[in-house]
Amino acid sequence: MSGSSFWRRKAIRSAAFQGGFLALIVALLVGATLTARANLTAQGLTSGFGFLWKATGWEMNFTLLPATTSDPYWWYLTLGLMNTLFMGTIGLAGASVLGLGLGLMRSGRNPAARLLATLYIELFRNLPLILQLFFWYALANALPAPRQSIEVAGALVNSRGIYLPGLTIGPGSVALMVLALGLGFAALIWVLTARRFGRMESGPRLRLAWGALGAGVIAALVAVVAGHEAGTVWASFPVQSGLKIDGGFRIQPEVYALAIAIMTYGAAYVGEIVRGGFKSVPRGQMEAAGALGLSPWQVFSRMRMPLAFRAMLPILINQYVWLIKATTLGIAVGFSDFFMIVASSINHSGQTFEFIAILMGGFLIINFSLAAVLNKLNRAIALKGHQATGAI
Amino acid sequence: MTASFRKNYFGSFGSSLMTLFSLGVIGAILWALVDWGILRATFGADGTQETCQAAGGACWSVIATRWRVILFGIYPYEEQWRAGIACLVVALVIVLSCLPRLWSFGRLSMIWLIGTALFYALMRGGVFGLAAVNEQQWGGLPLTLFIFVATGVIGMPLAILLALLRRSEYRVIARVSGWIIDTIRSLPLLSILFTCAIVLPFMLPGFLIGEKLYRVLFGAALFFAAYQAEIIRGGFQGIPKGQEEAAKALGLSYVHRMTRIVLPQAFRLALPATINQFVIAFMETSLIVVVGFMELLAAGNTAFKTGEWKFAYAEVYVFIAFIYFAFVFGLSRYGAYLEARMNVGHAKD
Repeated sequence: MSGSSFWRRKAIRSAAFQGGFLALIVALLVGATLTARANLTAQGLTSGFGFLWKATGWEMNFTLLPATTSDPYWWYLTLGLMNTLFMGTIGLAGASVLGLGLGLMRSGRNPAARLLATLYIELFRNLPLILQLFFWYALANALPAPRQSIEVAGALVNSRGIYLPGLTIGPGSVALMVLALGLGFAALIWVLTARRFGRMESGPRLRLAWGALGAGVIAALVAVVAGHEAGTVWASFPVQSGLKIDGGFRIQPEVYALAIAIMTYGAAYVGEIVRGGFKSVPRGQMEAAGALGLSPWQVFSRMRMPLAFRAMLPILINQYVWLIKATTLGIAVGFSDFFMIVASSINHSGQTFEFIAILMGGFLIINFSLAAVLNKLNRAIALKGHQATGAI
Repeated sequence: MTASFRKNYFGSFGSSLMTLFSLGVIGAILWALVDWGILRATFGADGTQETCQAAGGACWSVIATRWRVILFGIYPYEEQWRAGIACLVVALVIVLSCLPRLWSFGRLSMIWLIGTALFYALMRGGVFGLAAVNEQQWGGLPLTLFIFVATGVIGMPLAILLALLRRSEYRVIARVSGWIIDTIRSLPLLSILFTCAIVLPFMLPGFLIGEKLYRVLFGAALFFAAYQAEIIRGGFQGIPKGQEEAAKALGLSYVHRMTRIVLPQAFRLALPATINQFVIAFMETSLIVVVGFMELLAAGNTAFKTGEWKFAYAEVYVFIAFIYFAFVFGLSRYGAYLEARMNVGHAKD
């Protein structure tokens, strides 16, 4: 057997394997598509995305922007996506803050605090999220009826939701306000992480970043003031009137039950990640900082926290992606997130494949962009020439 | 002793505050639980809403009267002993696979296949003179365990296959399997279950559609496989390159290299993460309630959603939570023990 014929045999084998593998996958996809098309024509359904401009004819139970039954599908899908991002943001923020506290308690020196954090983490981490969600939802529904609302600091709490005092401005202005704040934060992260600003001194760069955030906040305030109707009150308080509650701003049980469930469950995981991050900081680093005469707070804020944060971030990214996906559980209690809108749209319109494609596309975009942003942050804060980053 | 006690608990003002806060919270919750769950609780099957609420504590009567519904769902009442035995079979399978003495490909796959077959025969019936019970009537704990076991039995070989494909020397195969794995991993499990339950029938030829339960199982297994494949890949990365090169130099074929050299080492390295993944898979079985199955959680929901027990949701959830917690906590403690044991071995090396 000569070398060249052997090489040729290997090349042929490689081409055959790869070609066969591709052919198998293409055959599966084509077969599924053809069967689906045959089934759909048998049921008299049309394919294509034209239905996106048709009116839905059903209602969403929670929206950040106004929606009516005559709104088209694409608007509902957008609102659903906004709800998912909204719930994701609340959930991630809450889980991070609570989780940081738990992680600090668990890696601190006080045994009582460690015990409390350990109990919390073991309890919440070892029960299915959906069980916790059902529990919070049942609890929310078992609150007193509207007539016997509990009053807490101007807010009313009953089985139909939590009624908070609210600003009397239109939903359009609220959207503008949220958009302005979001852009401000996005600019902050962009300035801090983008390579474009890498050449700037850290002082002006920080000022630019905070300036961008400040501009966002000011724009948000302008939106609020502009949205306010002259001559009316600025805020309205919920008031009991018969069976109804007038004024204020209602948070439905679905919304806060899901938010509580994601926050408390996510916090247990974040707490463990935070603890792992602190554990990964070598003791010598802290001792060296102490030997240089830094105060305990300086050791913590200048050495321990930054190093631990760099070690946590890669694992946190995975956890955040997981938590965003967990918002789909909203369908179990009736929170209209992106997934629930897609599921109800399939029920009402029968455009199964188009909606599944939209669903998958939506989640791929959300998760890949979240992972991309956080990975970018991870690279931006990585210490040059430091081996330990990214691994615990 | 007392000095270190004082230093740990009351070392500074902040620390003292923390101690008092933590102990206060733990104490308050413990006392509330004992008071509600034991001291003022009503036990026994004869409790009703009036007697329970007069006592003011937990109403365990709901469990005493409805435990068969919670545990077995709508499985035929006279046949529920079979479901009970089936649960024990699964428990035995899980305990056996935790014994290191039985850790070999042959033994483990034997245990799981025989266990699954036995479970299926007991639940489905139609053999050995057992009355046939349709899958649509399965429910409660046996259904939860069945989904868990089937996810493992189908998902694990699929995971090994995906992991091997991803590290294939053929670039196209490696790239495409990488895409498949990453796409599945970035989708929510619920959307995959939903697709399998509702959309898949459109895409399959008639003879492949089958029961909804099996389609959903396939979806759960696929999701498990995508995650587990990445865990195995992590294991691959921990194996020194020389191992496979040496095996190649000895003239071992691909199959032998994988089954005798690479996979055993990769599994050993990936063991803690694998157990963690099984724990997550067990918790995620509860998601199938959304696509309309009566597993443990859904059966629990029906147990208190009848008018007379509507007030007793907390008791039912606590009961279900105990079952999940016992399993999940046990398995994750076992994982921690294994990890510690393996680290001891490494320190000696």
